[in-house]
Amino acid sequence: MKILLIEDDREAADYLERALNEAGHTTHVAGDGETGFTLADGGDYDVLIVDRMLPRRDGLSVVAGLRARGQRMPVLILSALGEVDDRVTGLKAGGDDYLTKPFALSELLARIEVLNRRAGAGDVETVYRAGDLELDRLSHTVRRAGREIALQPREFRLLEYLMRHAGQVVTRTMLLENVWDYHFDPQTNVIDVHVSRLRGKIEKGFDKPLLHTVRGAGYMLKAG
Amino acid sequence: MRLPAIMKTTAARLSALYLLLFGACAVLLVIYMTSISVRIIAAQNQETIQEEARNLARAYERGGIPRLVRVVEQRARQPGANLYLIADPNGRILSGNVESLQPGVLELEGWTQRPFAYERYGDNGLGQRAPTPETARGRLAHTAMALVIRLPNRMILLVGRDLGEPERFRRVVQRALILALAFMGIGAFVIWFFVGRAALRRIDSISAASQRIMGGDLSGRLPVSAAGDEFDRLSDNLNAMLTRISALNEGLKQVSDNIAHDLKTPLTRLRQRAESALAGSKDKAALREALEAAIAESDQLIRTFNAILMISRLEAGYSAESTDRIDLAGIIADVAELYEPVAEERGVALKTRIAGPQTVTANRELVAQALSNVVDNAIKYCAGHATAPAVSIALEKTEGEVRIVIADNGPGIPAGDRKRATERFVRLEASRSQPGSGLGLSLARAVMTFHRGRLELADADPGLKVAMIFPAAGAAS
Repeated sequence: MKILLIEDDREAADYLERALNEAGHTTHVAGDGETGFTLADGGDYDVLIVDRMLPRRDGLSVVAGLRARGQRMPVLILSALGEVDDRVTGLKAGGDDYLTKPFALSELLARIEVLNRRAGAGDVETVYRAGDLELDRLSHTVRRAGREIALQPREFRLLEYLMRHAGQVVTRTMLLENVWDYHFDPQTNVIDVHVSRLRGKIEKGFDKPLLHTVRGAGYMLKAG
Repeated sequence: MRLPAIMKTTAARLSALYLLLFGACAVLLVIYMTSISVRIIAAQNQETIQEEARNLARAYERGGIPRLVRVVEQRARQPGANLYLIADPNGRILSGNVESLQPGVLELEGWTQRPFAYERYGDNGLGQRAPTPETARGRLAHTAMALVIRLPNRMILLVGRDLGEPERFRRVVQRALILALAFMGIGAFVIWFFVGRAALRRIDSISAASQRIMGGDLSGRLPVSAAGDEFDRLSDNLNAMLTRISALNEGLKQVSDNIAHDLKTPLTRLRQRAESALAGSKDKAALREALEAAIAESDQLIRTFNAILMISRLEAGYSAESTDRIDLAGIIADVAELYEPVAEERGVALKTRIAGPQTVTANRELVAQALSNVVDNAIKYCAGHATAPAVSIALEKTEGEVRIVIADNGPGIPAGDRKRATERFVRLEASRSQPGSGLGLSLARAVMTFHRGRLELADADPGLKVAMIFPAAGAAS
């Protein structure tokens, strides 16, 4: 996908640009808010990555300005700030996701994938399928190879999120944010235990694994 | 205008001020007293004169001029007698004890409006001429007030009284006043010298001691005497402040030591791993493993830094915008649900006891994070320690407070260590082997302080009981 990175730290920008290109994206870099705004407004980008603190024009103002001009592309805001309300103000300004520095590269990659997919998927499916696994969002039922699997409400939401992003890497923090709606960093591997419990339920008695652990990044639901 | 150096001391200035005040008061009082006394004496004089005049009038009625003259002669001879004078219509003195008097007095009738000068027989016996008003006033010859009466045969009768008495009285008072003022001056000086200088000396000793303390000796204390006066109270308070400062200082030192330990250790490990990976085998898998370990190590470091940052932000203060009306029961359910699999995996029974929804004004994220830190700790420490490890989360409402009580049956924290346990980076020796930033409870405490509540640690017998206490809705503004 075509990505615009607005980041004034030269070294960080170079590193991210290289990493994003290696991941198969086309990345452009803008060194300040004004240039970034002009590029984003004129170019046809799939995803914007915007640092909050930028010279010449603040990151949030860039995003708000783009939204005011009717630009709908997904925006990921990066920030070194750790204030209690930073995330809220970032999302209010028109950001779609928010990542606090420093972050793992895998986290960033996973998030822009999801952002891009979200922008593309206009209609919402009522039934998700992955291999022989089937999740019906209306009747709240899960079946594998025709056999019904009983899940707790939270397990259902966990599986729903994983299936919506089937084939994409989903990180632990993304799960905590989207399934539990909390943004803090739990000290223990609580998410891992939830996932392994879910894995037990949907894979026990079946040959093919569906829920894969991606080392150093998170999880991915994939058939085959 | 510059004050002399001595006036720069508070004691001297106060003494001078008091001297001025008391002096002014004394002068006013004396003026008031004198004017009243003089008025009373004048009234008494008038009374006496009137009485005399009546007596003489009676004598005249009975015996005419001869009898009047006789009575006057008789009375005039008595010691300390009033003034009597009988004159013919032309003002020539016929009888009485007045030798001469200020001209014009005899032309009057009734009370003399103001004191007049006169001379009495026998005063200087030399038959001086009647004094002019100037000489009378200048030499302060006798002055008097009098009642002048015209008798039916146009003779003039004067009955008067000397005014020497009030004059004397005034002089006595004047002298007393001067004396009193002099004593007051001496008193002020004595007060300044003994009391003021004593106070000054104590203040000087306090400043000397504080200078020593400022010089770096934080263990120094201000002198406290046995008197228990305001200086001692001041010193006591300053000493308490110094104790607090040195405690904070000590805390800061402890924190830096702990940061040094908790951050330096992983940093050193990180460096060693990178070094040995560089120096060791060129095996790709081993290199990869070393790098992954390095990343995990730095993630832990970042986590610790984030926690430190967050605590500082929370300690900086409360902001109403970041809080909302939230239901604590919901958060407890969320966190319990989040931790339930972990607890089960470690063989810990995690139970909740919630009576019903409890709404408070708080930040959902922060409360959930604080609660999850405490629950995380509880599970971590009771797992493997108790025969049937259990953690319970209860939501209680008491007078003006809503508390979330998290109890475990683990090893607990000794009473003496409980206060320290919520300090930054403090990881009680027993727990140093456990993973974690050591900031869990500190963060929870910072969150509770942010919400104007508090975090309390108590004995669950056995185990630890942590209470997150919120002011009840409505109580928090």
